[in-house]
Amino acid sequence: MRTILPFGPQHPVLPEPIHLKLVVEDETVVEALPNLGYVHRGLEKLTDIRDYNQMVNIVERVCGICSCIHSLNYCEAVEKLLGLEVPQRAHFLRVMWGEIHRIHSHLLWLGLFADGFGFESLFMQFWRIRERAMDLMEATAGNRVVISTNIVGGVRKDITPEQKAWILAETDKIEKEVRALEKTILDDYTVKKRCCGKGVLTKEQAHQLGAVGPMLRGSGWAQDVRQTGYAAYGQLDFEPVVEYDGDSYARSKVRFREVYAAADLIRQCLAKLPEGEINTKVKGKPEGEVWHRVEQPRGELFYYIKGNGSKNLERVRIRTPTFANIPPLLAVLPGCELADVPVIVLSIDPCISCTER
Amino acid sequence: MFEMTKNVLQNLMGKSSTRLYPFAKRETFERFRGTLDIDVDECIFCGTCAKKCPSQCIEVDIKGRTWTCDSFACVYCSNCVEACPTQCMTMSNVTKPPAYEKDVIFYKGKPKEPKEKKAKAAKDEKPAG
Repeated sequence: MRTILPFGPQHPVLPEPIHLKLVVEDETVVEALPNLGYVHRGLEKLTDIRDYNQMVNIVERVCGICSCIHSLNYCEAVEKLLGLEVPQRAHFLRVMWGEIHRIHSHLLWLGLFADGFGFESLFMQFWRIRERAMDLMEATAGNRVVISTNIVGGVRKDITPEQKAWILAETDKIEKEVRALEKTILDDYTVKKRCCGKGVLTKEQAHQLGAVGPMLRGSGWAQDVRQTGYAAYGQLDFEPVVEYDGDSYARSKVRFREVYAAADLIRQCLAKLPEGEINTKVKGKPEGEVWHRVEQPRGELFYYIKGNGSKNLERVRIRTPTFANIPPLLAVLPGCELADVPVIVLSIDPCISCTER
Repeated sequence: MFEMTKNVLQNLMGKSSTRLYPFAKRETFERFRGTLDIDVDECIFCGTCAKKCPSQCIEVDIKGRTWTCDSFACVYCSNCVEACPTQCMTMSNVTKPPAYEKDVIFYKGKPKEPKEKKAKAAKDEKPAG
């Protein structure tokens, strides 16, 4: 007999309001229907009343966990429109803060994931390490989550040599502490039992349904927007993290290993940090249209910006990674057990306020 | 199976990771953007801060010489501090204390001395000197 079960918008494993109608037959999910729109805030419409410099602070608030990378994308897009040449130091600092943000986002997710299948001790361990990344951001940029460090034309604050040494030491500590937890999450019986072979997205499906980020790389595609070399990534040695199984376990593995990759990028960034200015004076008003994409912790982030020569932009269109990952999620849910649904939904790292803006 | 044993022992023997918050407070970092304030005597009431503010929480009345900030709407981005031409605004690293009511930061500046009067005063002073 078929029954429709509501999953969300308020659910113990999800801090965000996604609503899925699950069509179940006995205990097996047959179909999943999404229902979004609970936290729509109309941020894109604010372009009408806020000028393009103020919009930096608004796009940061699309999502708290990847705020720095949202503003990086927006600033780079506006700079493209204005034809601004940003100093090299600013590019490197942007990458550094972006990677600290990535570490903090992945550790947050790993904690939530552990909490999702009832491993509360591991949740606490991850969040304790995450605190180090938050402190780094507070000390260097001035805030813990929405750090407001990117501005059109560069970055707001520079880092001192003492801070540089401290960041390197903290990054090493973060990596060491995460490595100590590696076996606990990746070799644990309970974790493997709940994740291996659950929610499998095949390589073809991932390509056809347009999966992005760890969802795509967990299915065997070595594709990462950082390879395009935006900001300072072109000057850094970087390889995407790939796993081939396509299940929840592979996706968590990708996120876990990306923490190491991010720590490595921070080290490279600080080693190659050039001297000089950190921002340039902005002149003119944006005219024309441009798109830009960057890699967020969750995947590819796409911005389309249209300016009409006034201080207000005509249109800002944001496509966030979770929006792209919802069709693959709906494809992997049918056929799974009802008890596995929370873990599979968590494994795409859903950010609903991102999706709805 | 015993991977976590070392960690568990460390947690048992070591210091607590959390603080007893109201009694033990963490010191904020130097750059932390905590509270917004203005030295109103230096302010020329040009309204640049109000124009730059993304949350539009600052109101500047040029005629009445008042500066009002709804600190509960402020997002502490420090756009205003950087834009201020006289550098009279500051962000201190002290967190805003908890409040029972929503209030606004309100300052009234000194009335502007009229230019003609200034000129006259200068003229009057010259012959005397």
